[in-house]
Amino acid sequence: MENTNEMQLIFDSRSSNESFARVTVAAFMTSLNPTVEEVSDVKTAVSEAVTNAVIHGYEGEVKDVIIRCRTEERTLYIEVEDKGKGIEDVEAAMEPLFTTKPDLDRSGMGFSFMEAFMDELEVESKPGEGTVVRMKKIIGKGRKLWTTQSL
Amino acid sequence: MKYQVQENCLTIFLPKELDHHNAEEIRKESDHLIERNHIRYVIFDFADTIFCDSSGIGVIMGRYKRIYMLGGEVCAVHANERMKKMLVMSGVTKIMQIYEEEK
Repeated sequence: MENTNEMQLIFDSRSSNESFARVTVAAFMTSLNPTVEEVSDVKTAVSEAVTNAVIHGYEGEVKDVIIRCRTEERTLYIEVEDKGKGIEDVEAAMEPLFTTKPDLDRSGMGFSFMEAFMDELEVESKPGEGTVVRMKKIIGKGRKLWTTQSL
Repeated sequence: MKYQVQENCLTIFLPKELDHHNAEEIRKESDHLIERNHIRYVIFDFADTIFCDSSGIGVIMGRYKRIYMLGGEVCAVHANERMKKMLVMSGVTKIMQIYEEEK
């Protein structure tokens, strides 16, 4: 299709890669002409999903985290996948302030932030097999199209 | 990361990006400083910070719990609009004041 673009990113589940992951997704979305606010929203959401994979999915083990991004017209689709231990109860995990690791100073706000900053959030998880977080955001909502004047 | 101890007050000059990776270090170092210097007040300085996620919020909540048990207080300074939004959304503004600097 004409107006679509895709990318895939596979990296080690190290905390030092969290910044790399969100910056890469932010760079990928620039073709949609996002506002600074929209870029920040996406960066935060990606950071949350990747942090979850590192801390909870793999629990510190170094394995692959996979990010798939797709743009379709002005919609950005992001998938963050790990093949870690999975989530027993997805619904409970998505409750604000729910955390299985309070001793590590986890705030339990990860999924809440993803939900707040993206337009759609879907979590698919099987204990023992891994987790896929799917997010969608429409870029430039409520913004009027404009054209530059020719010189 | 920079820290400043003045009597019983610890100022943490937060990094540019307050994520899980940086949060771990702040957690360890600040807890060490709090214990060693009998800290009762913690100031989170957001002057350089342009990114914060739930891990950053976790660090603030964790330090609050510790300091609250000791009978002290935590607060934030120099937070930009984005950081304020994150702090308000996460609800930590209920336990922590955000101070604006007078110019």
